[in-house]
Amino acid sequence: MTLYAALGAIEQGLVYGIMVIGVYLTFRILDFPDLTVDGSLPLGAAISAVAITSGINPFLSLLFALAGGFMAGMVTAFLNTKFKILHLLASILTMIALYSINIRIMSGPNVALLGVDTVFDSVTRLGVPSHYAGLIIFGGFALLVLFFIIWFLSTELGQAVLATGDNPQMIRSLGVNTGTIIILGVGLSNGLVALSGALVAQNQGAADVGMGIGTIVAGLASVIIGETVFGCRTMGRAFTAALLGSIVYRLAIALALGLEFGTFRFNPSDLNLITALLVIGALITPNLKKRLIQR
Amino acid sequence: MKKLLTAALLFTIISLQGVFGFAADAATISVSQFVEHPALDAVLLGFQDYLKEKGIEVKYNIHNAQANMGTATQIAQQMIGEKADLLVAIATPSAQTCVQSLSKAPAYLKRPLLFTAVTDPVAAGLVKDLQQPDPGITGVSDLLPIEEHIKMVLSYKSGIKKLGLLYNAGEANSKATIASIKALRDKLGFETVEATASKTADVYQATKSLVGRVDAIFIPTDNTIISALESVIKVGVQNKLPIFAADVDSVKRGAVAAMGFDYYKHGYQTGAIAERILKGEKPETIPVQFQEDLQLHINAKYSEQMGVTPPEALLKKATKVYQ
Repeated sequence: MTLYAALGAIEQGLVYGIMVIGVYLTFRILDFPDLTVDGSLPLGAAISAVAITSGINPFLSLLFALAGGFMAGMVTAFLNTKFKILHLLASILTMIALYSINIRIMSGPNVALLGVDTVFDSVTRLGVPSHYAGLIIFGGFALLVLFFIIWFLSTELGQAVLATGDNPQMIRSLGVNTGTIIILGVGLSNGLVALSGALVAQNQGAADVGMGIGTIVAGLASVIIGETVFGCRTMGRAFTAALLGSIVYRLAIALALGLEFGTFRFNPSDLNLITALLVIGALITPNLKKRLIQR
Repeated sequence: MKKLLTAALLFTIISLQGVFGFAADAATISVSQFVEHPALDAVLLGFQDYLKEKGIEVKYNIHNAQANMGTATQIAQQMIGEKADLLVAIATPSAQTCVQSLSKAPAYLKRPLLFTAVTDPVAAGLVKDLQQPDPGITGVSDLLPIEEHIKMVLSYKSGIKKLGLLYNAGEANSKATIASIKALRDKLGFETVEATASKTADVYQATKSLVGRVDAIFIPTDNTIISALESVIKVGVQNKLPIFAADVDSVKRGAVAAMGFDYYKHGYQTGAIAERILKGEKPETIPVQFQEDLQLHINAKYSEQMGVTPPEALLKKATKVYQ
């Protein structure tokens, strides 16, 4: 793994980390397995790309993306809470609908963002070398989201979200409408996922309808890696671990890309297998360590 | 005068050293391929074979994003870190991520980029002008001469009035091809009926939806449909509905006929540009190339099974006929 690739992986880990924070919110806090993210990530990318190419400020376009993702999440939660469609199915339905919607938003499958002003230009204009601009912007946004979510969960509304996931019966008896809370929580989660998608698109130079494939896989993998490697005792620690888990996941891919032993090299098509093996390694190391220490 | 001579001599020695230095150790080329796909694999093979035949020693770093856009971005960054002499991007998404990463890389890490198997480099934002590409970037486009192709399809069987178009609306390449086919409708006198499938599992059903509504089906160079081509062929045989493809590789698998080019040769052509860049030519001075060498492939066996007899005139023109 070259230094440049490692920096790139950290950058990717941070930007997808925003998505992972969103996934953690639904998957762990609300106990709501949500597959909408495979559609809301490209939704955010599509909204942001179309907004930028029609002359809207790139930062403002992120807000539009956030709002779009929020609405997509609300649709899923609405289908679940009001019409009693199973959460998995409700999210799958929204996800497949978003595929067509995204093509409509972009009036095609791909919008190029090469050579237009993005959020990164605001940093490079200050004289920062462009290969650090990604780290700064993504790091900034990821920390902002992290602090926001930790603060939000400490508010009264946030406590209601926590309780809805933990003990819905108890919180209902206190007069809280769990349906509304779920709609809000899943909406917020998908808003963050869409924000992440918008930043990804601005970074990679294109929004593509296929870029959402595998988002939930990466999201869940990162959540579990974070929990296993960094622990989840407090709320703050759990969300930080989710973000760090995302970075570890991307570093595993970068490591797999550059892996060679002397003259032996893996086939390019082995990439996903090697990534999986490296992640397994990361997951079982804390466990093995514990066992060794016990002996 | 003496000083000038010494300077000239020194300059010659340094530049000669440069030449010998290049000849002595192998050039490195980093490749980013978007997905495993027979056509794209053929491009890579043709590329490597060209350089091998020319006796150019090359060390390759080959990466495959396995159809994941996020991985493609990471591959682009990995390749820049590898400090190769030349970067090669196969297919549109890989090319886009490479261009974007290169534009952000510090100057000492910038390397020439060669893209290939990209249908519309201008719409994809890779270059602004095909004749004068952007600094450090050039490539080969796989845009098909679609009018000639559709004329061939219409002449294959008399009475093709409704042409079914089967594609994935999520693929940029297909969208470009479909738009240019629809622009030909009035000129050549045919109607189009479209069916889309967003993943390979939906292809069979999408094909069935066209049965009875069209006289023939045309498939553009669409990764999704081509991956599930066998299911399309099956529907074609069952319903005596001729299936035409846009790439000659599909003819071997059962499409009635296709005009196009061999993706192996596409890669071969890309290799020739790579040779020029490795020898020191600036990419921006090499205009984006198109495939010149067109071929016609016909599958006589499947033509019969789908209820059509290949016309004599076309059989004579064909480069390859499968019996």
